[in-house]
Amino acid sequence: MKRRFPLSIFNFQFFAFVKKEFFHIWRDKRTMFILLGMPVVQIVIFGYALTNEVKNANIAILDNSKDAATASLTTQLDASRYFALEKNIVTYKQIEEEFRKGKIKLAIVFPQHFGEDLQHFNKAQVQIIADAADPNTANQLANYATAIISDYQDRVTNDRRLPYTIDTEMRMLYNPQLKGAFNFVPGVMAMVLLLVCTMMTAITIVKEKEMGTMEVMLVSPMRPQMVVIAKAVPYLLLSTINITSILLLSVFALELPINGSLALLGFESILFTLVSLSLGLLISARAASQQTAMFISLVALFLPTIMLSGFMFPVENMPLPLRIISNIVPAKWYYSIVKSVMIKGLGIAGVWKETLILAGMMTFFLTMAIKRFKIRLA
Amino acid sequence: MSNDKVITATNLTKKFGDFTAVDHISFDVHKGEIFGFLGANGAGKTTAMRMLCGLSLPTSGEATVAGFDVYKENEKIKKSIGYMSQKFSLYEDLTVKENMEFYGGIYHMTDKFIKEKTAFILDHLHLQKEANTLVRSLPLGWKQKLAFSVAIFHEPGIVFLDEPTGGVDPVTRREFWNMIYEGADKGITVFVTTHYMDEAEYCNRVSIMVDGRIEALDTPSQLKQTYDASTMDEVFLMLARKATRVEM
Repeated sequence: MKRRFPLSIFNFQFFAFVKKEFFHIWRDKRTMFILLGMPVVQIVIFGYALTNEVKNANIAILDNSKDAATASLTTQLDASRYFALEKNIVTYKQIEEEFRKGKIKLAIVFPQHFGEDLQHFNKAQVQIIADAADPNTANQLANYATAIISDYQDRVTNDRRLPYTIDTEMRMLYNPQLKGAFNFVPGVMAMVLLLVCTMMTAITIVKEKEMGTMEVMLVSPMRPQMVVIAKAVPYLLLSTINITSILLLSVFALELPINGSLALLGFESILFTLVSLSLGLLISARAASQQTAMFISLVALFLPTIMLSGFMFPVENMPLPLRIISNIVPAKWYYSIVKSVMIKGLGIAGVWKETLILAGMMTFFLTMAIKRFKIRLA
Repeated sequence: MSNDKVITATNLTKKFGDFTAVDHISFDVHKGEIFGFLGANGAGKTTAMRMLCGLSLPTSGEATVAGFDVYKENEKIKKSIGYMSQKFSLYEDLTVKENMEFYGGIYHMTDKFIKEKTAFILDHLHLQKEANTLVRSLPLGWKQKLAFSVAIFHEPGIVFLDEPTGGVDPVTRREFWNMIYEGADKGITVFVTTHYMDEAEYCNRVSIMVDGRIEALDTPSQLKQTYDASTMDEVFLMLARKATRVEM
């Protein structure tokens, strides 16, 4: 007998196909390095370079009082990690000049008799001037400065307590140091998985169509569904490697905790990978050229993922239509799951709804994709 | 039905909406025959071939390939045929050997069979040294011969060749046709579409499609006699001029 008959889906034919897929990936070294290196680069860039935390913003201080209190405050502002004292200036006019030159982000003005007023009347004024050309930073900096000043006030008034004070105590749950990494690591995971699975699967299948090899596959006894599944296997593996490298980097380089179950995180990531793969298959069933496949993946998937998953911009603040649209973005649900499991330490009880939604999406996309493949055969 | 007939078509028709791509064509192909399937672009030959390969379901009419019905038994048909398109369909980023292993694999061949067959083909084509060369870096003519060998790797009874010699120089085409003859001598039935009229002369029988219908079907010499022409080229032009369809 020269023929070997299929016993299950994991037969020789299937392995021959998967092996070939690995050759494709392996031979295209450049793409392979991009696929494996991208998550690392993204984590490093987001972790160390791109951050919306403000550090060492240049400030100027106009001290019209020059007493012990202002000197002490100046030292404290300069010592904080948020600010660096650019220079002491002497006239009010200079402030604007410095802002214009872009040398400073914030100016603090102490009026005359600041220390005296504070001591005798228990009340003194400070002016904080911020460069609101960048409103978010301006706000943040003004808040930091206010916090440092009120901290100072608390200490001087400690001995002579006011009759009524309300002490507010803030606790930042789950992320006490307000690290940006807590936000972007889940986002990067969603983005990378989507890129590897959706775009690459779509491109490789469309490539076979362009090369004419898909036709040969369809004439062969290999079932079209099998072609589709075999195509997806290597990318599933590649995604597993990527998830692992992202998590390792997050834990060891960015010192992020994994508070929830690692198994659950892995399971959810594989689920999201499957959603992305199904989407890639669906795109490949429609697109006729590699460029089209790439374009659809980018426009229909990446932009919504970046804009509407809550990773860059909070979805809650968006207008209603966008909030509704955001619900059909798979990354939104995965992003929410990763945050819940990884940062908040929730179990399956906390994310079952999102999990079901992802499972539903996967079933829907996969059914559509396989249907499209069958129609093409008729 | 005689056992000799490996492909039969009776009033085979394919419509896409209002457009009738293939219009009631009927023909038989015999075992070991080289059957030329000619027609201008858009005459419907690719559509007809796709129906026979099980890639497309006919709208009406009957057809069998290797004794199997094109409506119900296309999985069985797929196991009995080989296919080669003008794109050659080899993976450029795989080596010669890997391509053969892959095609052997998807046709459920055993490792032993694949190994022996690969060695045989490489030896036959004098390509032993290129076994581990990426197909990308082979000359076009070699790729084409290799693609044909891969198409009959699993030893099918019938092989469909869709414009297999597109873009290849005349010498290489000639060599390629020698391979086709070798295949036919071994009993493989060859169903070939082509644009080159000199190739039509190499076929045992030729059918010429015009506007979805078969206008002529006979041996090349008989056709030349019927149309009082000295070459197949003249025969073809005479028939193709009747076409009313705009080229697609």
